[in-house]
Parts: sequence; C-alpha cells; structure tokens
Amino acid sequence: MNKTTSWFNVTSLVFGFAFLYVPILILVVYSFNASKLVTVWGGFSARWYVELVHDQAIIDAAWVTIRVGILSASFATVLGTMAALVLDRYSKFHGRALFSGMVYAPLVMPEVITGLSLLLLFVAAGFDRGFWSVVIAHTTLTMCFVAVVVQSRLITFDRSLEEAALDLGCPPVKTFFLITLPLILPGVVAGWMLAFTLSLDDLVIASFNTGPGATTLPIKIYSMVRLGVTPEINAISTILISVIAVGVIVASVLSHRSEVEREKAERAVFLAG
Amino acid sequence: MAERWTQAMRPFLAKWALVAIPYLWSFLFFLAPFLIIFKISLSQTAIAMPPYTPVINTLGEFWSKLSDFSFDNYIFLTEDPLYYSAYLSSLRIALVSTVLLLIVGYPIAYGMARAPKSVRNALVMAVILPFWTSFLIRVYAWIGILKPEGLITIALQGLGILGPGEQIHVYNTETAVFIGIVYSYLPFMVLPLYAALEKLDATLLEAAADLGCPPTKSFWVITFPLSLPGVIAGCFLCFIPIVGEFVIPDLLGGSETLMIGKTLWAEFFNNRDWPVSSAVAVVLLIILVVPIVIFQNQQKKV
Repeated sequence: MNKTTSWFNVTSLVFGFAFLYVPILILVVYSFNASKLVTVWGGFSARWYVELVHDQAIIDAAWVTIRVGILSASFATVLGTMAALVLDRYSKFHGRALFSGMVYAPLVMPEVITGLSLLLLFVAAGFDRGFWSVVIAHTTLTMCFVAVVVQSRLITFDRSLEEAALDLGCPPVKTFFLITLPLILPGVVAGWMLAFTLSLDDLVIASFNTGPGATTLPIKIYSMVRLGVTPEINAISTILISVIAVGVIVASVLSHRSEVEREKAERAVFLAG
Repeated sequence: MAERWTQAMRPFLAKWALVAIPYLWSFLFFLAPFLIIFKISLSQTAIAMPPYTPVINTLGEFWSKLSDFSFDNYIFLTEDPLYYSAYLSSLRIALVSTVLLLIVGYPIAYGMARAPKSVRNALVMAVILPFWTSFLIRVYAWIGILKPEGLITIALQGLGILGPGEQIHVYNTETAVFIGIVYSYLPFMVLPLYAALEKLDATLLEAAADLGCPPTKSFWVITFPLSLPGVIAGCFLCFIPIVGEFVIPDLLGGSETLMIGKTLWAEFFNNRDWPVSSAVAVVLLIILVVPIVIFQNQQKKV
C-alpha cells in the first residue's frame, strides 16, 4: 500500500463521516439552545425538554408510536424469519419466484405506492383505519427487511448441527427451537431492532393508513416541521436519536460478545474432541 | 392408522405452514393492494367517503359493468402537463442523485475496505448508525443548515465571504433536494460498494503494481470492474425509491421542485382525488417495473 492512496483513503473517510454526522450533531446542540430562534445561539438551556414533557399531544403520539413499533416489529420478526427460512431452505416449490419477488420488492418500492395501495385495500375491505391498520402496514413493510437480515445469517449457518439433531430423532419443529433459533438469534434480534426503528421512523405509510386517535410521532413531527423549525422539534429528535443510538450500540456489543463466546465454546469442543 | 398418518404428515404440515403463512401475508397485504389500486384508478371521482364510485365488487359483476370502466383518469394524466413533467423531473432528479451518490459513496467505501481490519467493523457500524436514526429528522436537520438565515449563511458571513446583508439561497431549490437525497441515501450506496470492495483480492493489485501498472490505471482496470456488482446493487437500491421520494422534495425542495411523490401526495391529501392519485401510482409502478425486476434478479444472484 503506497502512501498517497492511504492519505486519500483517510481524507475520504474523514470527509464522508463528517458529512454523515455534523448535521446530526448540530441538531443535537441546538436542542439545548435557550433562544426560540433555532439558528441564533442564546445560551445553554434544557427548557425545550421541559416543554416537551408538558406537551400531551407529543406524549400521546410517542406512546402510539412505541406500541405500533413493538407490535409490528414482533409480527414482522416472526413472518420475516419464516420467509428467510423458506428462501434459504426450499429452492423449489410452486410460486417461489413470486414469493421471493414479494419479499424483495418492498425494499425498494416507493413508500407512496405501498401506503396508498394498502389504504385502498383497507377501505375496500371495510377495515377501520387507525391503530391496527398502521400495525399491519408496518408489519408488511418491515418483514422484508427482517427476512434479508435473517437470510444473511442463515447463509453462514452450519446445517450439519440440524442434521445431527434430526438423525437422532428430534422432530423438525423442536430442532428449529433448540438448535436453529439459538444460533441465528443475533440475526433475529438485529432484524427485530431494524423493524422497530423503521416503524418508529415511517411517515409516509403511516400517514396514508392512520385514522382517528392513531397519530404517530413522525406524523406529529411532520406537521410541526411544516409550521416552521422550532427547538422543540430538535429536542424530540435528540431524544429519539439517543434512544436508537444506545439501543443499536448495546445490541451490537451484545451480539459481538455472544459471537466471541460461541467461538470460544466451539474451540473448546474442538480441543476436547 | 389415523395416528400413523398424522405422525407421517407432521413434518409435511410444518413445512407447508412455514411456506404458507408469510406467503399469504405478503399476498394479501402487498400484492392484492396493487390489484385494488388498479381497479380504483379506473373508477370515477365522487364526493363521498370513500371518494370514488366503485366499478366492480365481484367477478360476476365484472362483465356486466365493463362499460363503467373508464380510462378518464389516465387520459387526464396525459392532458395536464403537470403530471408528465413531474414524472420526467423525478426520473432526472433520481438519475442525477444516483450518480452523485456513486461519486460521494465510492471513495468512502473504498477507504473503509482499505482500512485496517480491526477498525472495519466499527466503520461499518458508523455508516449504519445514521441510517437507523429517523429519516424525517435527518432531513429536518438540513433545514436549519440551508435556510437563508441558517447556519451556512452565518458561517459564510463570519468568514467574510458573504456581506452582512447577504444570504445564500439553497433552501427550497433543487440543489437542496440533491443535498438531502445524497445525505439520506448514502448508507444504501456505501454498504453494497463496501461489500464488493472488501472481497477484492489485494494480490491482484500487487501483481499489477509489480508489472508496472500505475495505481490509477489498475483502479480502472481491476478494482472498478470487480466492484461492479456492488455499484449496480447500490445504484438500484437508491434510484428506485428516489423516483417516488416524498419527504425530501417536500421539506427541502419547496414549490420549485416537481416530483411525482409530492404530486401523488397532494392529489390524495389536498385534492382528495383518490382515482387520480391511484392512476398516478399505477403509472409510477409501470415506470419502475423494469428497474425493480433487474434489482430482484441481481438480489437472487447474491
């Protein structure tokens, strides 16, 4: 590796990460601004956080968002893991092409199309729009992301462990819960977290499918942003960013640790054998 | 006998359920809605709730009501220049932003792939982390930076580049939309590129260098062609959703930027014209079918 290219690499990394992180940092810093004007620094203050706590509409919206997120991420994790197993294990069955199409297409499908079409389904079926329509919509969107994450875990999975259990007479369903699931668990957990944050984040699909009493936080934030930039929005954003950042970092540290422990255990088994 | 049968059938049933449950869910909530959107795009606008006159409800009614189908909404789309210029402008903006993303993302992915192994995972994590935080919030962050009285103006005034009364006018222009798109979609471009570049065998480059190939040439002859799968995946992963993007042009583009996602949103939420917005969505889907199919074939190969 010669010097000029590595200098180029370091510069591109520094600029790239500055571009990714500086706007977020500015947003966080200005949430502690005492001034009502977002871009004029008026001294350090936590008043916007205090105001946030007294804003009932925001607290209600946050509560709806968390419930939608937990429910849809859990449904999506079950469905997405099943879809990943199907795509990984069954190479031939009727309609496999359609199935893989339905799993990959939502990853890139513009949200306005998915949101509008689901809404029209709910209207056609006479299903009341509200909390549950948003949960179903988010489950449908996020299960595909779970499927991709779990599938990448399944590719590196050692099938011989499963085969050993099956040969010893363990029924397939039990084998899945005793052998397969614990081994792909980091992928499943990562999938759940991704689904949860995507649900927490979604404005477009939720806007189409929401109903009375089911205003989610992004819908609330969006309507506030339309009225203008306020430090209060910076304060909610900062809380959301911190919660997600802490969650993601904890999850990655945990999965890294379980990886290390698994490797240690495997090495011990190998040495013992 | 019956018991034996269920014993034998149990693995088969488990397998059947494993396939059927996610299949049915996706079929019901992802595929079937497209049939309904197509149906409603052929119906007439009505002032009611839901605001359209249904064309058909059952298959039996299908033939008797065939005359009620109307392509009026589609004809309307071709008559008003607003729609086709919105489609064209969305495609142009998506194409330009994808190229910009590739130019910005490639050096970052390259730097990550050439970084010492011990820090690579941390770098990947650092690219993913902003992607986990809200899209809406990240777009919102740029409003405060790009506004005429925003941070860039303040910084440039402080440096003496702008006079005290002068302001930059980027907010509510297409430039702001490009900045917002590149910023928001960067992880989708960097990660596939990194995955391709990381697999690259460094000995190939060493061999080229030993044989006297200059680094720039070996980049274009070896590195770039071998990273093409990543380039293609990244470009499709960005291009397709950008065409239908709503949040970024709405918050950063102002009235000057025309994009089809915004038009669809306005048709639906402001004009409450469901049949026309369905027709807009169907045409958008038809435009995107080819890139989506290419993307899926790419995914299957990986």
